[in-house]
Amino acid sequence: MEAAMMLMRRVNLSYGQACLKTAIGISLITLLALPACRALLESSLINHMLVQIPLLALAGWMIGKGMFSSLFQEWNERGIPGLLIALFAMLFWMIPRWLDAALSEPLWEVMKFITVPLLIGIPLGISWPRMSPFSRAVVWANAISMLVVIGWLYVAAPVRVCNNYLVNQQEAFGYTAMMLALAIAAYWIGVVFFGKWDKAE
Amino acid sequence: MRGAITIVALLISGAGVLWAATDGLQVITAEGARRLAIEDKPKPLPAVLLTDQRGEAFRLQDFQGSNLLVEFIYTRCVTLCTSLGETFEEVARKLPDGTLGHQVHMVSISFDPRDHMDDLKEYGERFDAEPDHWRIARVENHDELKLLLNTFGITVIPDRWGNFEHNAAVHFVDRQGYLDKIIDHDPPSKTLETLWKRL
Repeated sequence: MEAAMMLMRRVNLSYGQACLKTAIGISLITLLALPACRALLESSLINHMLVQIPLLALAGWMIGKGMFSSLFQEWNERGIPGLLIALFAMLFWMIPRWLDAALSEPLWEVMKFITVPLLIGIPLGISWPRMSPFSRAVVWANAISMLVVIGWLYVAAPVRVCNNYLVNQQEAFGYTAMMLALAIAAYWIGVVFFGKWDKAE
Repeated sequence: MRGAITIVALLISGAGVLWAATDGLQVITAEGARRLAIEDKPKPLPAVLLTDQRGEAFRLQDFQGSNLLVEFIYTRCVTLCTSLGETFEEVARKLPDGTLGHQVHMVSISFDPRDHMDDLKEYGERFDAEPDHWRIARVENHDELKLLLNTFGITVIPDRWGNFEHNAAVHFVDRQGYLDKIIDHDPPSKTLETLWKRL
């Protein structure tokens, strides 16, 4: 009986935390959807791709951790299916055509605000804790190389890929993406050389 | 087993979505999508009133029965629009005698409200445009200009220095007055080749 009470209390506590996370996630999406915020973050390619969309994904991540952390798990072996959903959704929103569409057609703007949290953030939030350290390492390594390749492409591309952004913004985005890759790489090099390693892992 | 099935199903549906999102890996940019959509489904043009470098009013519909080449420019532009102008200049020079003005007409449309008749005239003279065959035009009415740019799929954004970024291309309007092909303006030989097949 006492054990059951303890369990109830624990469930309750995590229930409260879950609610809090979900609330933070939803407020973040609402905040990002405010017209002033949208105008600010969509005025440049860098803010759009590296601030707004990642923040929307982060909001989804919070909601995912809060609401769905125990759901779908029998379908989410080792977190790989969730990771795949997130990867495909990310690839979709990296196609210049659809980023343009989000800016020129309200329907696609709404789609962005729904699908980025729902198909990138939530699956990642559910899956990341279930992924093995090896899978996580693969994701990080790929993120670094993809950012470098994309960044280099944007710097080197002579054509404008987005009708809604100027070419110099494309270039600025390219350099920022490469800097980001460098920062992530530097972080992991730091961890490899100076981090504490848990032998049990 | 269930894991494997889930993963395969996700891979297939994910690849399907990306396939659809790029029209079968054909287009990744809005510009590419614009061109493909026009080829699949040619578009009629709005009967917008234009004014050319002589101050003469006309509509794009006036050229029905002839091939029409359209490009969008602004006369202060020294980069893209210059090469657009050079393309039309070369097309005008290389077309067989008697073709231009009969089987082929050309129109360069300015989207810059600062461009007045004198600017259009100067632009035409820069590229040896014969006003009867190659009109440099502006749209007087702001809403009509917007409608025209929308129909053609031209996005224009002003930058900080009084210039514009815009998508540059040569637009083909067929004898029935339908916009039915959009190609790169560079190299000009590509425009000539495409035109050749229509004469």
